[in-house]
Amino acid sequence: MSNTHNLSSSRIMNWFRFSSPSTFYPLAGKMIPWFWALTIIFGVAGLWVSFFVAPVDAVQGQGYRIIFVHVPVSWMSMFIYLVMAAWAGLGLIFNTRLSAMMAQALAPIGAWMAFLSLWTGAFWGKPMWGAWWVWDARLTSELILLFLYLGFIALQASIDNARRADKAGAILALVGVINVPIIYFSVKWWNTLHQGASVSLTKAPAMAQTMLWGMLLMALSLWMYSIAVGLMRVRAIILEREAHTDWVKQLNEVKH
Amino acid sequence: MNAFLTIVKRDLLLVMRRKSEVLTALFFFVIVTSLFPLGIGADAALLRKIAPGVIWVAALLSTLLGLQRIFAADYADGTLEQLVLSPNSFTALVFGKIVAHWLVCGLPLVLLAPVIGIQFDLDTSSLTVLMAALLLGTPVLSLLGSIGAALTLGVRGGSVLLSLLILPLYIPVLIFGAGAVYASSVGLDIRGHFSLLGAIFILALAFVPWVSATAVKIAIE
Repeated sequence: MSNTHNLSSSRIMNWFRFSSPSTFYPLAGKMIPWFWALTIIFGVAGLWVSFFVAPVDAVQGQGYRIIFVHVPVSWMSMFIYLVMAAWAGLGLIFNTRLSAMMAQALAPIGAWMAFLSLWTGAFWGKPMWGAWWVWDARLTSELILLFLYLGFIALQASIDNARRADKAGAILALVGVINVPIIYFSVKWWNTLHQGASVSLTKAPAMAQTMLWGMLLMALSLWMYSIAVGLMRVRAIILEREAHTDWVKQLNEVKH
Repeated sequence: MNAFLTIVKRDLLLVMRRKSEVLTALFFFVIVTSLFPLGIGADAALLRKIAPGVIWVAALLSTLLGLQRIFAADYADGTLEQLVLSPNSFTALVFGKIVAHWLVCGLPLVLLAPVIGIQFDLDTSSLTVLMAALLLGTPVLSLLGSIGAALTLGVRGGSVLLSLLILPLYIPVLIFGAGAVYASSVGLDIRGHFSLLGAIFILALAFVPWVSATAVKIAIE
């Protein structure tokens, strides 16, 4: 009995080992090249499928190909917000420093994805709808998501005390989570200009198989990109915040 | 409960001693809404159409003006710390401060709205809907705003930051509040808008005082 207890507790210890910045920093450094490699592999495959394999859309012609960027960045913008809020919440509950750093590292990436989603959406909207921008429910709520990211970044940047900045940001991130389901379901709840979801788990996709593959490969590539950049950012944040510690001073990249 | 009422009374008394701060926000509301007919032109049909949005946006902005006051003075002189240390539930005390803020900044807007609405040539039924929507919506503005006020306590450039944090969260209230008035002015069903406003109000009432209390504690930790 005591044996199994020991086993499980040692496993928990292992799991939490990397929740300390000093152990996570080298691990992140080892993982980054792998995630960059995966980003490139999935990205090249995704672009090849979406530009050369996927057929021309019957209604929208060649212009539809922007969805291979637009849909994945929109997914990522919402997903990164959820992940960021989850890290922020974890940091608030368990008071772990690394969780707050992860949230802080993810915010600019998410803001970038939300911006790209709006931008590529405008490029798609001009030829298809005849307008760069319409006040449609999904567009508006995606814009709010961008504002939420910017608010989070601004709040963290303007509080000098790192501990308070983390906690205040965490509260703001958690309050803003309510917007994510609103964006996701906005095309169902309000029947405005933006088309319904193209991909769904419950029914067969309403598009050609190759188009779906192109989109999924691009989404995987962006996913790996976000992890790679997130890890790079979190390493920078660790160095910045732990600059006073001995283990940071002993790092090769800091020594000279 | 007793502590809650004491806080409400205390905050109201403090406001009565310094009326100018509150009146500034109210005059801001009146002036901004009066500027629109001057800037856009006195076409009655156009004014009727833009009235719900203009009045609601002005209400949002004038609420923002008063938000900092919920906690800032008490934070500066240490009262807030004493309130956290008091044996009463801090959430109830924060809720008292939010209620006081609404009585001072939200309720006058509701009472002023019909006068503003007449400037925009709204008919009687639309005016009633406007008042009802504001009555349901302005408490949400005070509630959500208190989170921002607590998060930006003592922060550099706090008031500008506050608007960046809070205005995105206000958007649903704006959409459904203005939507209800617009729907009534063109003879559509208004119940959907009011149900959603009510749902937002109940959700905010249930969670916000607790969230704000947590945010204040973080600020004075």
